Amino acid sequence: MESTEQHLMSYKTLGLVLAALLLLTGVTVGVSYFDMGIFNVVLALGIASTKVSLVLLFFMHLKYEGRAIRFSFIGTICFLAIMIGFTFFDVAFRH
Amino acid sequence: MTNQPDQTGVRISMWLFLYTEIILFGGLFVLYAVYFYDFSADFVQGGKELDRVIGTLNTVLLLVSSFTVAASITAIRRQTKRLCLLLLASSFLCGLIFLINKYFEWGHKFAHDIYPNSPALTSGPHGRNIFFGLYYVITGLHGLHVIIGMTLLGVSFVLVYQNKITAQRFALLENSGLYWHLVDLIWIFVFPLFYLIL
Repeated sequence: MESTEQHLMSYKTLGLVLAALLLLTGVTVGVSYFDMGIFNVVLALGIASTKVSLVLLFFMHLKYEGRAIRFSFIGTICFLAIMIGFTFFDVAFRH
Repeated sequence: MTNQPDQTGVRISMWLFLYTEIILFGGLFVLYAVYFYDFSADFVQGGKELDRVIGTLNTVLLLVSSFTVAASITAIRRQTKRLCLLLLASSFLCGLIFLINKYFEWGHKFAHDIYPNSPALTSGPHGRNIFFGLYYVITGLHGLHVIIGMTLLGVSFVLVYQNKITAQRFALLENSGLYWHLVDLIWIFVFPLFYLIL
């Protein structure tokens, strides 16, 4: 039988992840006060994606999950990308 | 091997449900993105009307509560029940403060005639109406998820207290935690999209 023993997250790792998340929140709020045009949107979404990855990998321990959960998650993100990507092909080239 | 609960299977089923939630909010974000493309000026103006300080405070609250939920799983697995209960209670409290902030935030907007189908919105610029429409739908649906998440945390708290969630059997706490993290994930995108655009 395959071992179902799950990875135990230490308080230290969780605390470091929280510190990183709070730091990134500070950065994203800070840069939002400077007007950099479209670059603001890119930066805000980039930081949000980094934060989301941290939550997924450590708080939701995706990093330590087996293949079933990892691949099905990546599949979901691919579907999301198709939905967003195809919508934008339509919107961008309609006019 | 007899009657061993399948912890991995239980988690996979929770993840399958979370995928549907990701697509649900993903659809709303696509809607936001398309209208942002069409009405960027109105969206930027609308974003300036939202309170950045409350938004930041709520972000911090959800991040901290996500940490305490994740730590509560470590706590129960190390058989420190009291710590686990304390951590769960703090997550619940963070969720509650989040909702109270949201209540004041919405109330403040209502007082300025900004609510779905209000005369101030329907007679104003089209993009502004759409921005606040999306704001109410997305933060409203997210708020509903916060309430459901808090209910799950509350149930977990009681079950830990009654020794029904233990170091050997903690799947329900784990799945409640996953749900709570999802609520946090969605907010991580809602926050920059509505509060921080330019």
